[in-house]
Amino acid sequence: MTRFRALFAVLAIAIALVLQVSLFPHLAWHGIVPNLCLLVVVGAALSIDAPSAMLLGFAAGVALDLAPPADHVAGRWALALTVVAFLAARVRQDVKPTATAVIGTVAAASFIGTSIFALTGMLLGEGQSVPELLQVIAVAVLWDVLLTPIVLPPLMKMFGRLQPQWAST
Amino acid sequence: MGGRERRWRGTDHLESRNRPPRSLLVALILASITLITLDFSGGTDSPVEPARRVIGEAFGPVESLTAGAIRPFTAVPTWFRTQGALSAEIRDLEAKNSELRGEVASAGFDKNRLEEYDGLTGAATDLGQALVPARVVAYGSSQSFSHTVTIDAGAAAGIGPDMTVVNNDGLVGRVLRVTRSTATVLLIVDAESIVGGRVGSSMEVGFVHGTGSLAADELDLRLVDDAVIPDRHDTVLTWGGSSGPYQPGVPVGRVSDVYASLRESSQRAVIEPFVNFSALDVVGVMVPTGTTSDRAIVEADGALR
Repeated sequence: MTRFRALFAVLAIAIALVLQVSLFPHLAWHGIVPNLCLLVVVGAALSIDAPSAMLLGFAAGVALDLAPPADHVAGRWALALTVVAFLAARVRQDVKPTATAVIGTVAAASFIGTSIFALTGMLLGEGQSVPELLQVIAVAVLWDVLLTPIVLPPLMKMFGRLQPQWAST
Repeated sequence: MGGRERRWRGTDHLESRNRPPRSLLVALILASITLITLDFSGGTDSPVEPARRVIGEAFGPVESLTAGAIRPFTAVPTWFRTQGALSAEIRDLEAKNSELRGEVASAGFDKNRLEEYDGLTGAATDLGQALVPARVVAYGSSQSFSHTVTIDAGAAAGIGPDMTVVNNDGLVGRVLRVTRSTATVLLIVDAESIVGGRVGSSMEVGFVHGTGSLAADELDLRLVDDAVIPDRHDTVLTWGGSSGPYQPGVPVGRVSDVYASLRESSQRAVIEPFVNFSALDVVGVMVPTGTTSDRAIVEADGALR
């Protein structure tokens, strides 16, 4: 069961990653695309146990860092998505999260994740102007929230089904 | 007391189920930081590079496939506008147009080169290049603050790191790393990109820096000789040895604005690139002539091989 769940999680991340680099740039605004990998991580954090979700966040981040055409310093998305998974798992209660709660979590996760990535870039001396940074973060949050109603319900259902003792009641 | 204990136990139970373990968080954050440190201090031959290669080998073909599957749908707007024959004709005319525009743009530059007895050797090195055609299959997102793309030709097509990538408008970028079937290209608009540039009419050399800005339609040119002020609408071409990452004589863009920077006591010119980076599709990678490839190569004289 666990192996099956891990397989599903890896598959979800891989599909999200490929869509993110190959499909969504055609719809992007100034190259800002919805961060599907982050949505998968949030979906997992809201429906499976926290340690697995955090490991998944780390793995998704490493994939984002290494898969072509990424060229930034590896480990930055890994850091961002680990923290996102941790925070999203903390938000979760044992009751089924309401639609508003899910959207709020996604918005916060997207804001925090993109910000951590941007801040590590600043620390490593990849200078970006702050107004532009904020613009990117704002549009990214908007994209992620827009896609939440389409992506998260089936994802959380799948994750929940794969781990019945954690299925939302 | 008993009730209290039960409640405590109850919360404990809830806690253990709800609270993500801090130890794991710390471990994963440390792992991330280790990865960042390894890659950051390693530079071009960082220990992360083999991992990139492995992931690239796995994801590259999937990206190519996905892009291929999506292409008919992204082409739907043009399909509605034109019929097959008409669109082919337009494509040919556009190619011809870009070619003519390139000729006009580099006319002053070519004349100067000839005058300086540089033209012949320059032309010879130019002629020694063939183009491997490829299509862009994946774009780096702006959230990552870098401008890179994946193309669907790699080591098997004869492509290697530091090769020049062009399209029929001008310079696109250079190859960063390759896998067997894909290559990652750093676009010249990326903030980390520096290209040797030469102003066509005055032959002055300088460096073209990417700005990494969202709009991605401007580059910075800083001339080595700070007494020279480039003219507006002047064409900038690449400059460098044939061993460097950028082949000389490829059109980069047109000067659109000139600022005198007092602080750095140099001239900063804004270049408007010829290439539209938001709509990249077919590109060519410049390879030495005679390279063996898994696909047809466009030779310097225009022949397909």
